[in-house]
Amino acid sequence: MAMVGSVPNQSKPLWLLAELTYRCPLQCPYCSNPLDIAKYKEELDTEGWLRVLREARKMGAAQLGFSGGEPLVRQDLEILIAEGRKLGYYTNLITSGVGMDEARIAAFKEAGLDHIQISFQASNEELNNYLGGSDSFQHKYDMARLVKKYEYPMVLNIVIHRQNIDQIEDIIKMTIDLQADYVELASTQYYGWSKLNEAQLLPTREQLARAERIAHEYQERMKGRMRILYVVPDYYETRPKACMNGWGSIFLTISPDGSALPCHAARQLPGMTFPNVRTHSVDWIWNQSPTFNFYRGDNWMQEPCRSCPEKTKDFGGCRCQAYMLTGDATNADPVCDKSAYHAELVAQVDAMTMKPLSSRDTKPLVFRNMRNSKELASA
Amino acid sequence: MSDELPPTLIPRIAPMFRLQWEEAQNCHVLLYPEGMVKLGGSAGEILKRIDGKKSISTLIDELKAQFPGVPLEADVHKFLETAYGNGWLRSESK
Repeated sequence: MAMVGSVPNQSKPLWLLAELTYRCPLQCPYCSNPLDIAKYKEELDTEGWLRVLREARKMGAAQLGFSGGEPLVRQDLEILIAEGRKLGYYTNLITSGVGMDEARIAAFKEAGLDHIQISFQASNEELNNYLGGSDSFQHKYDMARLVKKYEYPMVLNIVIHRQNIDQIEDIIKMTIDLQADYVELASTQYYGWSKLNEAQLLPTREQLARAERIAHEYQERMKGRMRILYVVPDYYETRPKACMNGWGSIFLTISPDGSALPCHAARQLPGMTFPNVRTHSVDWIWNQSPTFNFYRGDNWMQEPCRSCPEKTKDFGGCRCQAYMLTGDATNADPVCDKSAYHAELVAQVDAMTMKPLSSRDTKPLVFRNMRNSKELASA
Repeated sequence: MSDELPPTLIPRIAPMFRLQWEEAQNCHVLLYPEGMVKLGGSAGEILKRIDGKKSISTLIDELKAQFPGVPLEADVHKFLETAYGNGWLRSESK
C-alpha cells in the first residue's frame, strides 16, 4: 500500500460496534453476520472488551453499540454497559429481545444504558416466529412495552423483504401501538445469509413502490411524534450508498473473536487479514494497520469512480458489494449506473423477482444457525 | 409551532438526547440513538445552560451577562426554534 503512513490519518472511530457474540436464539435467514459464524468460538472475555471500550473512547469513540448475534447471551453485558456509560459513551443495545426480562431491563437502566433497539421479524406472530425460527413474537411485544415503561428511547427495527413487505402498514401500526420513538424499516441488503437467500427475499419493483408510498404516508402523518426511516434495497438504486461513510472513516466493528473490521460485512473480502485486539492496540489497528488504510481515501479507486465528482459523497459505494458482484473490490459498486456492471445487476434482479416465490427452482430459505454454517463450510 | 417562543417557556433537553462535551472533537455534541450532532460554539453555550428549570428569558439574561455587549437575543431565539423543530428540546406546554 503506497499510502500507508504517508498521510497522517485524521479520522476517528466515532462509532464502535461491539459484536459481543455470534450466538443467537433466532435464525433469521437475512442475518448480516458472516456465513462462517461457526468458525469463531473463542469470544473475547470481559477484560478484553473493557480494554477495547477504554482504548476506543480515548480515541474519540462516542457511540457504542452492543450487538451480535444476540448480545443478551453474554452474562457480563451489565458490566460492559456500566463501564461504557462511565467512560462517556452513548450506549445502544441492539437486541432481538429474546433473553430479556424485567429484571435485566431494570439492571441495564441502573448501569446507565441509554437506548434499546428491538428487532421484529414481522407484525404477526406466525410470520415473525417462522422467520426468526423461534416462538418469540409475544415475548418481544412484552419486552417492548417494558422498555417504554422504563423510559428508554426505543428504536424498533424491522428488516423488510419479499415475505413481509406487503404487510408494511400493519408493521408500522404495530410500532405506533408500541410507542416507538424511531422506526427503521430496513430493506434487506444482500450480504452473507441474505445473499444466500436473495431469491426468496428480494421484493419485486411493484411491492417496493407500494411499500414506499405507504411508508411515506406514515412519515408525514407521524411527524414530530415518531421518526420513520425507510431504506430501499441497494439493488434498486442507481447511486450507491456512502457505505460506512467511507472505509476507516468513522466506523469500527470488533467481532466476537476480537477481529477488528471496518464494517461488519468486511470478513468476506478476499486477501485481507483483519487485525485482532488480542494482539494489537485499537490505536494501531485504526491508524496503522494495512487493512484499515487499504480503502481509506480514494487512491485505490478505478474508473468510473476516480474521476467522478460524486466520489467524495458516496466513496464509490460498498467494497463488499463491488467484490460480490464484479469479483474485484476496487471496482465501483455496481449499484451505480455509471458502473459497467450495472446493467447485469438489473438483469439479475429482474430474473430473480419475476419468478414466483413458490417456483420449483427457487431454493428454500436457509436459516442462520450454527449447523447450517458448518454445513456450508464443508460443502 | 407558534412563530414566537414565549419568554416564560422552560426548555429542557428531550429524553432522547444527551448533551456532552467531547474532548476529542473539541465541541459539545448531542448524542441520540445511533447518532450524534456536532454543535457550534454558540449552540453549545446555549444548550449547556438548559436545565429544565430556567425560562427562556432567564437564559437570555444569563448569556447577556456572560457575553456583555453582544446582541444575541435574535440568534438565541432562532437557535431555540431550530432546536425545538429538531426535537432536541421539550417543554411541558409544547
